[in-house]
Amino acid sequence: MESKEKYRVPVSQKPHVVEKPRDINTIGGTVTIEINEKKVSVPMGTTILEACRENQIHIPTLCHHDDLCVAGVCRVCVVEVEGMRTLQASCTFPITAPVKIHTSTPMVRKARRHIIDLLLSEHYGECYSCFRNQNCELQKLAKEYGVDQYNFGHLEKPRYETDRSSASVIRDMNKCILCKRCVRTCIDLQEVGVLEAINRGHETHIGTFFDKPLSDVICINCGQCINRCPTAALRANDPSDELWEAIENPKKHVVIQTAPSPRAGIGEEFGLEPGHSMTGELNTALRRIGFDRVFDTNFTADLTIMEEGTELLNRLKKAVLLGDESVKLPQFTSCSPGWVKFIEHFYPEFLGYLSTAKSPQQMFGAVIKTFYAKESGIDPADIVSVALMPCSAKKFECNRPEMRASGYKDVDYGLTTRELAQMIKEAGIYLPEMPKSHFDEPFGDASGAGLIFGATGGVMEAALRTVYELVTGREVPFKNLNIVPCRGFEGIKQASVMLEGCKDEYSFLEGIELKFIVAHGTANAKKVMEMLRKGELKDVHFVEIMACPGGCLGGGGQPIPTSEEIRKKRAEAIYAEDESLSLRKSHENPYVKYIYENFLTEGPCSELSHHLLHTHYQKRGKFIA
Amino acid sequence: MKPNGNKYAVRQGAVLFSEYAPGSGIKKALEIGRENILLELRESKLKGRGGAGFPTATKWMLVAAAKSEEKFIVCNADEGEPGTFKDRVLLLEYPELVFEGMLIAGYTLGARQGIIYLRGEYEYMLKSLESYLEQMKEDNLLGNNILGNPNFNFEIVIRLGSGAYVCGEETALIESLEGNRGEARNRPPYPVNTGYLGRPTVVNNVETLASVPHILVKGGEWFRTFGTDKSTGSKLFSVSGDCERPGVYELPWGTKIKDLLEIVGAKNTKAVQVGGASGSCIPKSQFERTLAYEDAATGGSIMIFNESRNMLKILKNFMEFFVEESCGQCTPCRVGNVKLLEGIEKIERGVYTFGHLNKLKELGRTMQVASKCGLGQSSPNAFLSILENFKEEIFNKNGYGGHNGK
Ligand SMILES: Cc1cc2nc3c(=O)[nH]c(=O)nc-3n(C[C@H](O)[C@H](O)[C@H](O)COP(=O)(O)O)c2cc1C
Ligand code: SF4
Ligand code: SF4
Ligand code: SF4
Ligand code: SF4
Repeated sequence: MESKEKYRVPVSQKPHVVEKPRDINTIGGTVTIEINEKKVSVPMGTTILEACRENQIHIPTLCHHDDLCVAGVCRVCVVEVEGMRTLQASCTFPITAPVKIHTSTPMVRKARRHIIDLLLSEHYGECYSCFRNQNCELQKLAKEYGVDQYNFGHLEKPRYETDRSSASVIRDMNKCILCKRCVRTCIDLQEVGVLEAINRGHETHIGTFFDKPLSDVICINCGQCINRCPTAALRANDPSDELWEAIENPKKHVVIQTAPSPRAGIGEEFGLEPGHSMTGELNTALRRIGFDRVFDTNFTADLTIMEEGTELLNRLKKAVLLGDESVKLPQFTSCSPGWVKFIEHFYPEFLGYLSTAKSPQQMFGAVIKTFYAKESGIDPADIVSVALMPCSAKKFECNRPEMRASGYKDVDYGLTTRELAQMIKEAGIYLPEMPKSHFDEPFGDASGAGLIFGATGGVMEAALRTVYELVTGREVPFKNLNIVPCRGFEGIKQASVMLEGCKDEYSFLEGIELKFIVAHGTANAKKVMEMLRKGELKDVHFVEIMACPGGCLGGGGQPIPTSEEIRKKRAEAIYAEDESLSLRKSHENPYVKYIYENFLTEGPCSELSHHLLHTHYQKRGKFIA
Repeated sequence: MKPNGNKYAVRQGAVLFSEYAPGSGIKKALEIGRENILLELRESKLKGRGGAGFPTATKWMLVAAAKSEEKFIVCNADEGEPGTFKDRVLLLEYPELVFEGMLIAGYTLGARQGIIYLRGEYEYMLKSLESYLEQMKEDNLLGNNILGNPNFNFEIVIRLGSGAYVCGEETALIESLEGNRGEARNRPPYPVNTGYLGRPTVVNNVETLASVPHILVKGGEWFRTFGTDKSTGSKLFSVSGDCERPGVYELPWGTKIKDLLEIVGAKNTKAVQVGGASGSCIPKSQFERTLAYEDAATGGSIMIFNESRNMLKILKNFMEFFVEESCGQCTPCRVGNVKLLEGIEKIERGVYTFGHLNKLKELGRTMQVASKCGLGQSSPNAFLSILENFKEEIFNKNGYGGHNGK
């Protein structure tokens, strides 16, 4: 379970969870109720919505989301409960007595239709010019309830200006239905707290601190709100028009790197069940669209492991061998730009703990416009470097002023899974039918270690596979290299491996228990940072943090909808692919070896690699002027 | 010192304005003990004076039965319903009744803290109320070991509201006390189980609490001699509008509207809005009806309109109030009230159709049953009752369906 036990949102938006009995066989553990005249038995405290779902009775919902606490605000899930004066919101109503429920009476159907009509009356937008067309919960509901006219009108002019200030997230409040899922995501799931309902009554809208543009507040760009928005009110900043232009421009050499998570998710955009990896098909489709080269971000994930792993060993050496107390340990991963911005805003005093290694995306960007440009004899000014990412924060990341190590913008565009799927469809391609093909050389080989970066715990697992072997000369002592303690969706995982039989150069680590922590979702990151602040992480060496619940496979650029179930399926696909590969350790990637032999000749964490592959951070703070 | 002691003698009434010796209620309470207090309260059949009319004894018993180390007594002094100002009179002139009511509740239910949620506009009372509380502390009626009873500790704090009407709704009030946006919570569960800080909480109206000391001293049976079978005791009515003597009146429940109009000197009355903006509008033909929970219920607001008034304008005022005061949380209320108001504006402009108005009436009925809190559930009352009871006037004035009419 991703941690759902604590709620930080106001109680007005919180389920009054009647604690369900641990053993439903105890006396009073279950209640027998009637739903539409049918007797069913449910555990005490089950909500009406849960009970109906259990019994294959469909109840429409809008503000409800399985990842979030309950709000009870849209009211479309109302049902009749005998003996109660008003209809009851089924998502909030805990069953504690033998109630009789009716889910489809004339009053219920009329109320639901009214609510849909009211939402539509305030909705500015036409479905055919909308990116959520055919994947919109409001549209779907309108269809379900047979809306064929606007009973209470329809907006003809927008009420709000679209906020396009952010490099990552665009907010068009004209399509907002005030379900507050984004608010609950931001406050509760991510504990960032940028979005809140502002004003009262008809003037209520979702806004930021003093309604400032999103770019000026402490948004970390994770895009989790987008993934949970039922409509097109929230979307990522889509560069595909510019991209098409670049592709059509014969002067431009357009290369794309693809991250692991989009492959595990993109099938969903084409109607496949979650959990289908489409790596080979995607490569073909990308070439057919017109990309000149298709590279694997996993290659620089392997590079990241080399750099970050070496950095860790350097820190450990300083701390353990030289007794330098100023060394910042544990080292925190830095490949999630959502997490990086989070720590820059909320814990700037701890930036020294962050690895200086760039994310795989930015490493690739720097390598493409330097090494690759040189090797292939292309002017870097003519290269358009695109990154296919599961992520909205990557759009912000590639625009950071620090990310111009090549002398150019290292990565020109961050493209999300959803946006690419749209491009593929536009090109007339049905992805699942594509023949499979391989990545392009020279970065065609990547390890399974790079692949599992997509799941929470993956970076840690990849790093351990390499660090352990560098230090001891032996493989990590886990069956099939599967470091199981790193896996799964628990909010914060802690584990350790014992370093024994170290090589001479690492003898100072002999007998040390290498302790690590893996956390995902910034709410959990916050907990870890509070532990750090309290000095509780003194004996921990390495911490992996991913901003998004589930890791990048649950990123803000991934197909909508999302749920724990879907994220699990994507993770399974990624781990299965890793296991199917013969190359599973970053340091064994032949091209990683090649690049250190021919380009970054001083090795990891050298001066050149620092220039190209490492970065620095900004103390942003959480107060906005 | 009482905030406004000098007017004390002027008021007349059977219960609240009847004679009372400060301190006698709590002394009686300590004498008869917790169980008997609850029994006496049940005997009185006192119902909540804040509007919803929930039996007070039941509410207290639920809190008494709730297991928790901490419980709270909240006095709802938000008095936001348009046309209500009777709680102001109680707080200004009879604070001893209100505070003692809270004290008795605290004693009965084992709460150690009482909170008065005072309407923001009543800030001017704050100083004098606080000095009255000081005095009670000095008299050992508040603080520790009250009146020499070991383990009977109770304090009362006053918190100022933020001026939103919805904050008078008990769960929104609690949210506001906790420092959140004033928005109604999901119910169930109710404050009696999960109230302030998640603890069992009694939320009672000022007048409800002020009735309790009288009931204890004079008996539940005595209380029941006033009013009707289902609406016992008497009630404070805040009377405003077209009459000679507006003000606060204590009258037994069951008083006919006609009689009340006479008492306050109302002439040429066309309509009486009973229960404030969220209540319903009663036309002349129904003035025989009685003020009672089972008939024309009210938390106290009585607004009188004479023949010169334009009912559509009045209705528009009410709807503008709700459009503004909806917390904006749930769809039926946030958008529904706007649609009702737009309907009224269409009538005004004479561009409505009866077909559309009928749709709006149905919408109003949905709002009554599907809104999340009492505000949205009651906001269509005025719309429905005024359009129904004054159709002649409204449609005569504004054309039968205007130029789009059918
Ligand atoms: C929108 C709204 C506003 C309310 N405002 C008040 C108020 O100002 N004062 C009050 O005592 N009760 C108010 N209530 C009723 C309270 O929710 C609650 O029922 C009452 O405080 C309970 O006390 P009682 O049982 O003593 O009446 C309001 C209810 C609603 C729905
Ligand atoms: S958000 Fe949904 S309902 Fe609105 S225009 Fe887009 S597809 Fe249509
Ligand atoms: S922006 Fe989207 S998620 Fe947020 S309240 Fe509006 S519709 Fe809901
Ligand atoms: S966890 Fe992955 S998808 Fe989410 S912000 Fe970080 S890099 Fe992007
Ligand atoms: S009914 Fe109105 S005031 Fe009550 S929760 Fe809904 S929007 Fe808010």
